[in-house]
Amino acid sequence: MHSILEPKLLYLFYNTLKIDVMKILVCISHVPDTTSKINFVDNDTKFDTNGVQFVINPNDEFGLTRAMWFKEKQNATVDVVTVGGKDTEPTIRKCLAIGADTAYRVDTEPLDGFQVAKELAKVAKDGEYDLVIAGRESIDYNGGMVPGMLAKLIGANFINTCVSLEIEGETATAVREMDGGKETIKTTLPLVIGGQKGLVEESDLKIPNMRGIMMARKKPLNVIEPLSSEIHTEAKSFRKPEPKSEVTLIDADNLDKLIDLLHNEAKAI
Amino acid sequence: MSILVYTESENGKLKKAAYEVASYAKGIADLMGTSVTAVTVNAENVEELGQYGVDKVLKVSNDKLSKFNADAYAEVITQAAKKEGSKVVIISQSANAKYMAPLLAVDLEAGYVSNAVKLPTVDEGFNVERTAFTNKAFSITSISTDVKVLGLSSNSYGLKENESSLTQEEFSPELTDENFGITVESVDKNKDKVSIADAEVVVSAGRGMKGPENWGMIEELAEVLNAATACSKPVSDMGWRPHGEHVGQTGKPVATNLYIAIGISGAIQHLAGISASKNKVVINTDPEAPFFKAADYGVVGDAFEVVPQLIEKLKEFKANNS
Ligand SMILES: Cc1cc2nc3c(=O)[nH]c(=O)nc-3n(C[C@H](O)[C@H](O)[C@H](O)COP(=O)(O)OP(=O)(O)OC[C@H]3O[C@@H](n4cnc5c(N)ncnc54)[C@H](O)[C@@H]3O)c2cc1C
Ligand SMILES: Nc1ncnc2c1ncn2[C@@H]1O[C@H](COP(=O)(O)O)[C@@H](O)[C@H]1O
Repeated sequence: MHSILEPKLLYLFYNTLKIDVMKILVCISHVPDTTSKINFVDNDTKFDTNGVQFVINPNDEFGLTRAMWFKEKQNATVDVVTVGGKDTEPTIRKCLAIGADTAYRVDTEPLDGFQVAKELAKVAKDGEYDLVIAGRESIDYNGGMVPGMLAKLIGANFINTCVSLEIEGETATAVREMDGGKETIKTTLPLVIGGQKGLVEESDLKIPNMRGIMMARKKPLNVIEPLSSEIHTEAKSFRKPEPKSEVTLIDADNLDKLIDLLHNEAKAI
Repeated sequence: MSILVYTESENGKLKKAAYEVASYAKGIADLMGTSVTAVTVNAENVEELGQYGVDKVLKVSNDKLSKFNADAYAEVITQAAKKEGSKVVIISQSANAKYMAPLLAVDLEAGYVSNAVKLPTVDEGFNVERTAFTNKAFSITSISTDVKVLGLSSNSYGLKENESSLTQEEFSPELTDENFGITVESVDKNKDKVSIADAEVVVSAGRGMKGPENWGMIEELAEVLNAATACSKPVSDMGWRPHGEHVGQTGKPVATNLYIAIGISGAIQHLAGISASKNKVVINTDPEAPFFKAADYGVVGDAFEVVPQLIEKLKEFKANNS
């Protein structure tokens, strides 16, 4: 069959096919809800999960919603992956209910950004994804390192603090937020982004509906054996900030006092 | 073996954060009995680094690096670290530095710790304190790799003067097309305004301002204080202010000297993101607003009365103190 096609035609055919089915992987970090009380146990070496509700990392939720847009508008396939224990499954099930096609869970405790990036790199390589969407940072350890490391490990281009992303064929146009402004970037697939709010608006975030939840039950959630447990860094112990001293109240009719305190006491103006 | 520090510049001028990371690098160099080498990219006057303990500057001048490019900059620093045999590389936590750090860490096969707030301890392993859970906690994190990259949270170490005799050296790292997989097409930077990351003072306002039309006084207050403006999340979600101003746990972090919150209730997600600021002032009509528990100074009052008065008084204060 193939022999009747010119190599060039074949290439074009292949390329068109590839455009038709952009493969997206969204990396999901499973984190304590933003209102959680932060406490530690085991001699302050472990986060106390007692009574804590876990959610999709907010930055990842924006990324997942943008991925769903690519699925609806550009026929992309969207898979999600998390590195974590069985306790993370409700979180990735939720991603399936939102509309992801397949979920992967790499069955190991995430201890260090590099370890997580290596596990994700394997999943991204094996699945030949064109676009990997991760979050700018996870709100638990705030590492801000997994997406960049992952990009480097798989040799993909990388855009961090990404607030807008369009893809046309092999070309991506993105906006990145930086200190005091934004910049517009052009690059090519394969691409990894560290996303955040702006990729979609808060009001666009998808909440799973009943149908989604029912469908999610039938979707595959594949458990993958981890590669290794090589870690570069380790959180040895935690402490909470010192309790704050009382606020100094200043009368609204006596703002000179505020200026005086800011100048002489705080040395802030 | 020298400690390597990447000292950032903008339009040829070193940034304040550059002197802070240099001070921190000097602190580590003293602990480890070594010297400090700084790398600059297209910076013009680098002498002042000598006042903060830098012994040598590797000056990179390259037109291709005129716009920040994470991969290419990571390559520059990697080559500098290899040349100097550096085992510890220090960077800031500016948006650019955070973008570049993970790429650099992989290039150097280094363990990377972000958001460091103190000098490491080096007698038993290499341990460094960093913030975690968006300032709701600190973690002592150890690094086990031979080469280490540390990102210093801004305003956590401060500037420490330390006179050294600085030497300068031109450095021309080899860059290939592969380092430029990304092209910056355009930069949209507000030149007349201080950015939240670089500001000494941030004036931030919330839903208590009622609507975007009332931001004139917020901007004026910011102008008097040479401050950046910021806002709470709902304010940016409703489109009253641009997303770039959203601060908090899911927005930008603020670690400034003075943070003034006007008409912001002080929800846990908001406070988490700004609590690293040294002095916090709240102006709110509701004495029960949670922000009063987190603030150093508080005014119970109507922003629409307090802010205009504060502007007038600050103008007077400035006129008398300059
Ligand atoms: C997952 C998640 C993440 C979030 N992340 C963030 C985040 O990163 N940053 C963030 O800010 N929020 C965040 N939030 C939202 C947060 O919970 C609050 O809803 C938000 O901070 C409230 O904003 P506000 O203080 O402007 O508004 P409100 O809570 O409505 O407070 C307005 C305040 O203004 C006062 N006020 C009213 N009129 C006046 C007046 N005339 N003068 C003076 N004061 C007046 C009121 O007393 C009140 O305290 C997040 C929420 C969730 C669920
Ligand atoms: N355990 C994990 N599993 C899957 N993705 C992760 C994991 N940890 C972090 N990520 C991804 O990397 C982003 C940044 O995380 P971090 O580097 O930990 O701040 C997150 O927003 C996720 O997209």
